[in-house]
Amino acid sequence: MSVALFIPCYVDQLYPQVARATLAVLAARGVTVEYPLAQTCCGQPMANAGCEGDAHAAARRFVRTFAGYDTIVAPSGSCVHYVRHHFDALPQTSQVQHVRNATVELSEFLLTLPEGPPIDFPYRVGVHVGCHALRGLRQAVSSELGPTPGGALRTLLATLRGAEVVALDRPDECCGFGGTFAVDEPAISARMGSDRIADHRRHGAQVLVSGDMSCLMHLDGIVRRQGAPLPVMHIAQILNGERP
Amino acid sequence: MTTHPEAAEAFAQDAERTAWHDQALWFVRAKRDQVTRAIPEWEALRTLASGIKAHTLSRLDEYLEQFERNALANGVVVHWAADADEHNRIVLGILRDRGATRLVKSKSMLTEECHLNPYLEAHGITVVDSDLGERIVQLGREAPSHIVMPAIHKRKAEVGALFAEHFGTSPDEDDPGRLADAARGPLRSALFGADAALTGVNFGVAETGGIVVCTNEGNADLGVHLAPIHIACMGIEKLVPRVADLGVFLRLLARSATGQPITAYSSHVVTPRAPGQLHFVIVDNGRSEHLGRPEFREALACIRCGACLNTCPVYRRSGGHSYGSTIPGPIGAILSPGVDLAKHASLPFASTLCGSCGDVCPVKIDIPQQLYRWRQMVGRAGLLPAKKRLTMTLLGGVFGSRAWYEWCGRMARVALRVVPGWLARRTAWGRERELPVAPKESFREWYQRSGRG
Ligand code: SF4
Repeated sequence: MSVALFIPCYVDQLYPQVARATLAVLAARGVTVEYPLAQTCCGQPMANAGCEGDAHAAARRFVRTFAGYDTIVAPSGSCVHYVRHHFDALPQTSQVQHVRNATVELSEFLLTLPEGPPIDFPYRVGVHVGCHALRGLRQAVSSELGPTPGGALRTLLATLRGAEVVALDRPDECCGFGGTFAVDEPAISARMGSDRIADHRRHGAQVLVSGDMSCLMHLDGIVRRQGAPLPVMHIAQILNGERP
Repeated sequence: MTTHPEAAEAFAQDAERTAWHDQALWFVRAKRDQVTRAIPEWEALRTLASGIKAHTLSRLDEYLEQFERNALANGVVVHWAADADEHNRIVLGILRDRGATRLVKSKSMLTEECHLNPYLEAHGITVVDSDLGERIVQLGREAPSHIVMPAIHKRKAEVGALFAEHFGTSPDEDDPGRLADAARGPLRSALFGADAALTGVNFGVAETGGIVVCTNEGNADLGVHLAPIHIACMGIEKLVPRVADLGVFLRLLARSATGQPITAYSSHVVTPRAPGQLHFVIVDNGRSEHLGRPEFREALACIRCGACLNTCPVYRRSGGHSYGSTIPGPIGAILSPGVDLAKHASLPFASTLCGSCGDVCPVKIDIPQQLYRWRQMVGRAGLLPAKKRLTMTLLGGVFGSRAWYEWCGRMARVALRVVPGWLARRTAWGRERELPVAPKESFREWYQRSGRG
């Protein structure tokens, strides 16, 4: 099976450590991954801003770059959701259809592989499943639909030794990032973020983990502005043996 | 014209009010979760309701004619209004015919949409809203900020001040029970003295030509039983085909709206009460135009339960008035652009697309998808702010080319490292958050350097 890695633009530029951790985790599970250098972005930022036309060049590049691989893995539920659901705006060639079906989110992909080496992570962990992974990809049951959240991220966390997932008052409240929403409506966006952080802190989380670095970028920005001691980590970093 | 971000920020500046507004609505949302879980077939009910609505909308003309035929046979006077103006004129005409000058209303978002109150008042009619929340916003000369809880944005003390002014209660009174008591007396007088009663319609039933009105306070019933004229105003999309369908919708409505198993009063009105008159005013006001937009049609299935408002993290923190339209929240953000895209161009963006509205909606309207589609319409219509438009064109170009992307990425990281704090804090991101700490090397640079690429 040929596996390609898609690293979202902002992860590539701002969080290379997350991309490296992703690569390492996959390697540790015996997957040989290629990182095609022709990739840039899936197109989501432009399309969510109402400019689908401006997103097409990026989306077409995505298809060209990845069409030759069996599986495309990305450490971001949001981008995967965009490829799967919003590439319907492109003419549905067999290449486009293949790429849409073959793009999977990292935690989901990891669950299809044999378990990796055991990892100690003796912390109280706050879980943030990004909304696009939650309700877009249906990786877990949203609180509107059922009482038991579950999901890929929590399944992976359950394999860690010593990790305790804290219960939150609002298990899947949006963090307020929302792509361009964060800059269109900074006041509401930040308010949502600080409420989200407060929920985690109230329940004694020592580290906040997500499969979406975009939510974490926003939350981390607020944590640092507040001087609140709540480090954020991408699940790939934790599975790679890193500590907060 | 105030955009959503501006009005929302103004609301959120009162941090305490925002916290309280958020918690009050979250409480309702949590109650909704609890009662829906007591019904194993909840999801099946939603699917059924969504199907019934889609079917009804696909044959709305036939069902409207059937509804009219049956209503006429029941002795109801049926009126058709193409728009808000005509609706208001019809209502005034009915009142004038009978020399009626005192009207009591039960809550109706349709009459809010048509701005009926100021119109009637300008023509010498006294209008009293009989729903307590509606009465509060009426006294405060405001519009409802929520479609089910019209005065949810008001704190107890604010209601106390308003009642002190109008009902002579103590200005310090903020006990909800005593405040409700104070409102009750004058309201009863208005109900007993009314010449006519106006209600909204929750459901019109084509099969019988009857309507259903749901209230928790019984104010609609009291109004229509005391006054000799009952005027019921209904949007054309409120129809269901059969009485049997009500079983589905009544179970969904109250649970989704307030977390109650059923509203206290689900009143069925079919024939006029002799010797009184019963009028139905059936209103289009842009609805058929919306019906003609296949991509957006499903929004007409809305039964106005307000669940999407209660769950929306943006609505909870920005208040209903920030939407600048009669119907606020997620559903308002997809209905209002259809009425006036330029005026409401900021509404489809007043969302993180978190999707909670879609999961909570009892008729399964895919609200996030509709928001996304309206965003594209705003973009295509050239209604985006110029700066955003330009940014997206540039960004689209950057992401279209590998070389351009790599160069811009490097520049952006350099900029992030050297930007002084004061400047960072003047950006929309940095106003509220710290900027990311830019690494020296991107992932791709590392990948190539380490000899893998
Ligand atoms: S869109 Fe759905 S959830 Fe929102 S008010 Fe209408 S029926 Fe209720």
